[in-house]
Amino acid sequence: MSTSTSTDTFALQLDGITKHFGGIVAIKHFDLQIKPGEIVALVGDNGAGKSTLVKIISGMYQPTAGEIRLNGAPTNFRDPSDARTKGVEVVYQDLALVDLQPVYMNMFLGRELRKKPFGTLDRREMAAQTQALVDELDVRIPSAKAPLSDLSGGQRQGIAIARATNWASSLVLMDEPTAALGVAETARVEQIIMRLRERGAGVLIVSHNMEQVFRVADRVTVLRRGTQVATKRIDEVTHNELIAMITGLTS
Amino acid sequence: MSTGDLIRDERVRGRGLFERVFVRPEIGALAAALVLFVVFAAVSPVFTQPASLATILYGASTVGIMAVGVSLLMIGGEVDLSAGVAVTTSALTAALIAYWFGGNIWWGVLFSLIAALAVGALNGWLLTRTRLSSFIVTLASFFMLTGLNLGVTRMLTGGVATPSIEAAPGYELGREIFAADVPVFGITIKITVFYWIALVIIATWILRRTRVGNWIFASGGAPAAARASGVPVRATKIGLYIGVGFCAWLLAMHQLFAFKTVQSGEGIGNEFLYIIAAVVGGCLMTGGYGSAIGAAIGALIYGMALKGVVYAEWSPDWLKFFLGAMLLAATVFNVYLQRRAARGRIR
Repeated sequence: MSTSTSTDTFALQLDGITKHFGGIVAIKHFDLQIKPGEIVALVGDNGAGKSTLVKIISGMYQPTAGEIRLNGAPTNFRDPSDARTKGVEVVYQDLALVDLQPVYMNMFLGRELRKKPFGTLDRREMAAQTQALVDELDVRIPSAKAPLSDLSGGQRQGIAIARATNWASSLVLMDEPTAALGVAETARVEQIIMRLRERGAGVLIVSHNMEQVFRVADRVTVLRRGTQVATKRIDEVTHNELIAMITGLTS
Repeated sequence: MSTGDLIRDERVRGRGLFERVFVRPEIGALAAALVLFVVFAAVSPVFTQPASLATILYGASTVGIMAVGVSLLMIGGEVDLSAGVAVTTSALTAALIAYWFGGNIWWGVLFSLIAALAVGALNGWLLTRTRLSSFIVTLASFFMLTGLNLGVTRMLTGGVATPSIEAAPGYELGREIFAADVPVFGITIKITVFYWIALVIIATWILRRTRVGNWIFASGGAPAAARASGVPVRATKIGLYIGVGFCAWLLAMHQLFAFKTVQSGEGIGNEFLYIIAAVVGGCLMTGGYGSAIGAAIGALIYGMALKGVVYAEWSPDWLKFFLGAMLLAATVFNVYLQRRAARGRIR
């Protein structure tokens, strides 16, 4: 459901985002622009401020200073559901999915399609749209009607990403999307993430896995102790340079 | 794009017809109900007579009406220990208002409805506000309502029961609506049976066909995921408690117009009958799974056991032992079937 955006407007634009907790500065003047269809990785050591930034972009925290723009328009989020209605979808590490329900119901949970005249659930349409979406993203599942508990971990994360993609008009935010997955499943999920480029939403992916960053991201931005160290195109930076920026140690 | 042989993860099993049938939540209860029916029919020739069946249905309906609200609540992940005394509270409210203010009994009926819904809303509100478990919150309201029932009744009437409402204006109409005998093919069936059936149909429709139904399953099965997906979990749970309140009011009005007086100490322990009906009917205590039809079969099992023991001329002393054993057997059976049919589906 991506809205058409001209190439010069950014899906997400962060200007001078700052967050204080009492006397502690968690994020200091963070800037970032993500184009539609671009995948940007956010990396940093533990305590660097990644989670704080994720919570600001997903509406859980309000920044102390700075501006958030979605598709060019300045905005602020009252809470996560507000951020969601404005077009930011989050894929959580712990998969916010309902095990006992079928795939299509998970896809439409909270935004169920209804049919006339009584406003009853349109299961057929939801299943059809889900099938079309998982086919497009090549999430390989037995059926859109299969209960979620029948799927493997990788398939589930694929569904979570497909769901976020389906509803995000501006940005898909992924917090360690493959942290809980095995090697083969991680590879599958990465393929799905890369396929999001064609769908036009911006993607911000938080990852601890440097190989993954190099495999999927177009650009990478580094946080160290609340300060933005650098933002680079992925082909401008080597593995060792990235590690050096994250740790602050020169090799 | 994807090729057929890649679609299936080799660790994920397929499901046959057998498995799909046996993951239905009602199936264990249905099997138990059939066995029970055959046993009582064999032991007692009276059991299968039409008049006996009508009596069994009546007994089942008095539990079944409440089991509708309680089973939905349980699918939503919560329990209500105050459901038993809430029925008495509701009946007392109507009777005491009629006694104290005089006038038309329907003012009492109306106010009692408001009070019953308010008690439900309060339970739900306290639960979602305090984030305590529903066991604690409704245990507290169970005790408070029990005390209120006795205290207020004694304060207003000086006794432990309300005076008869038979003379009050509006009584005849109330009796017609809440406690009528409906002749069907020469058999007299209590009107509560029809209310029960209607509630089961409505609840099943809500669960299967509406967004709210979907939210009930999600709120019970995975509240965090539901919240993250934008489901109004709090409102859903409060609504479920209000639903229990409505069922309590309906049953209370039947009791009021059928028996004309209300004993203020009644209702204690009945909450467990409703829970038994829901659980025997396949609802999971942990939420997210179950059906209103299952709970109705659970109530039917209760009705058959209650009256069957009498028709078979066994000692009714054993009824509760039987109910407990039934609960255990049905639950174990349910879980066994579901595990077998859908490995990994029930955790």
